[in-house]
Amino acid sequence: MSKVTTMKEAIAQLVNDGDTLAIEGFTHLICFAAAHEIIRQRKRDLTLCRLTPDLIYDQMIAAGCAKKLVFSYLGNPGVGSLHAVRRAVEKGIPAPLEVEEYSHFGMVGRFIAGAAKLPFYPVRTFAGSDIPSANPRIRRVDDPYGTGQIYVVPPLNPDVTILHVQRADERGNAHIWGLMGMQAEAAFAARRVIIVAERLVDEAVIRADPNRTVIPGLIVDAVVHEPYGAHPSYAQGYYDRDTQFYLAWDTLSRDHDTLLSWLDEWVYGLAGRAEYIQRMGPEVWQRLQPGEAWSGQVNYGQYPE
Amino acid sequence: MTEYTASEMMIAASARELAGARVVFVGIGLPNIACNLAQRTVAPDLELVYEAGVYGARPSRLPLSIGDPCLVAGATSVVSMPQLFQYYLQGGLIDVGFLGAAQIDRYGNLNTTVIGPYQKPKVRLPGSGGACEIALLARKVLIIARLNRRTFVDQLDFLTSPGHLTGGESRARLGDYGQGPTAVITDMGIFRFDEKTREMVLTSLHPGCKVEAVQERVSWPVWVAPDLAETEPPSPAELGIMRQELDPAGRYRQ
Repeated sequence: MSKVTTMKEAIAQLVNDGDTLAIEGFTHLICFAAAHEIIRQRKRDLTLCRLTPDLIYDQMIAAGCAKKLVFSYLGNPGVGSLHAVRRAVEKGIPAPLEVEEYSHFGMVGRFIAGAAKLPFYPVRTFAGSDIPSANPRIRRVDDPYGTGQIYVVPPLNPDVTILHVQRADERGNAHIWGLMGMQAEAAFAARRVIIVAERLVDEAVIRADPNRTVIPGLIVDAVVHEPYGAHPSYAQGYYDRDTQFYLAWDTLSRDHDTLLSWLDEWVYGLAGRAEYIQRMGPEVWQRLQPGEAWSGQVNYGQYPE
Repeated sequence: MTEYTASEMMIAASARELAGARVVFVGIGLPNIACNLAQRTVAPDLELVYEAGVYGARPSRLPLSIGDPCLVAGATSVVSMPQLFQYYLQGGLIDVGFLGAAQIDRYGNLNTTVIGPYQKPKVRLPGSGGACEIALLARKVLIIARLNRRTFVDQLDFLTSPGHLTGGESRARLGDYGQGPTAVITDMGIFRFDEKTREMVLTSLHPGCKVEAVQERVSWPVWVAPDLAETEPPSPAELGIMRQELDPAGRYRQ
């Protein structure tokens, strides 16, 4: 029953050229380890979906993995531009990039519709904005109950969704705490799901706190154990967001060749995440180590026959 | 007199706009400091909401991004984004939303999408994020921006987030949404919106600033209120909180 495999194997088996892919996680739990393996395996023509493309898609787009980007906020959060995405959109470097743009709420609606297998989803946004004129997939319908018109968005059903989680068991039942973004919807909407976990735990750990199980193993195809797999994003309680890295990326990503040599050193030149962790060095992991703030415990009760 | 920077003036003026507010949708940068300052001064019951899914944040440090782990630890509630956007924002629980922009027009419409044509942009900006729905669904919106002619433009290249559209009743005709922008806080003064035309009116100048200097930095003829006021400078108490508690590194002082 175990679905545990290596990152190399999971990406090789489950991500195909031309796939629609979502590596979700809003600032939190963004699985850079998976993105780097996709870059190493030179996957091509992907349609990349995320609310915030973040550095992860900046890297994949610079590496030439993508033909299209579906998104709602195209920035390096709190820092500035995503320079590689901008180069692709403004100058076609390394290749032209098709974009399909929503607002956050629009993307939220798309993933909900995808997960719930609905034909569309109504959202009370976009009125008066130019966004629908830039994206004909955002449409208006009459409310059958007579309150007028409402904007709707189409479902988003990725071929593959990849999520990083704090802990999972070998069947893919996964606990997430902290920011939960769109993780659940992105997973339920997908045809295939890869769970990447900071810790692999016994099923009993999951069953001891079922309210925290955001993803059931039922919808999971592969489980990968990859500590620090979200760096420079973070895992609440495990390691902090590496703001130094996000700030440094602003400089090194301004030039395509400089960015490519970064990929040579940190992605193509390494066999996997274990080497990345080693190369970053213990002082980085020391710097990102948070203090402790444990939740109180709750009593689920014991109910004998 | 205590020295202060234009940014500190903007932050203090923004915080005062939150007097009496209960729930604010916080953006990163200046709005983030302004909201935290308001919580320590004019709005002690203020609840900070972050689009990443946090209600009632008590950040222990100044976060670089709106998804920082310090927003989660110690918060009242952490929810998924579908809950945040549907129940909190669309559900009408947000009193004030803070927005900035690359371009603003005289009706408070905002562009954060592109400079130049959409299909072939000269500059590809970040896009909406949550701004479009905040602009529509928060009960009111505060805009923070530094004055210059590239930002305060006669005609937007793209309308990302609706303000008062073409003025008059045009926003009301959209339907049952929030009232839109009520103030634009700049580095030289504060604009509000005329009740009838919904055009920006300069209602307050920061100490030492001149109407002529404001006009030089705005692309349309600036409408000045007959009872133009002078903004109260940041108080020693406000400056103390900003410098010692909220931004000791001085990241947002300049």
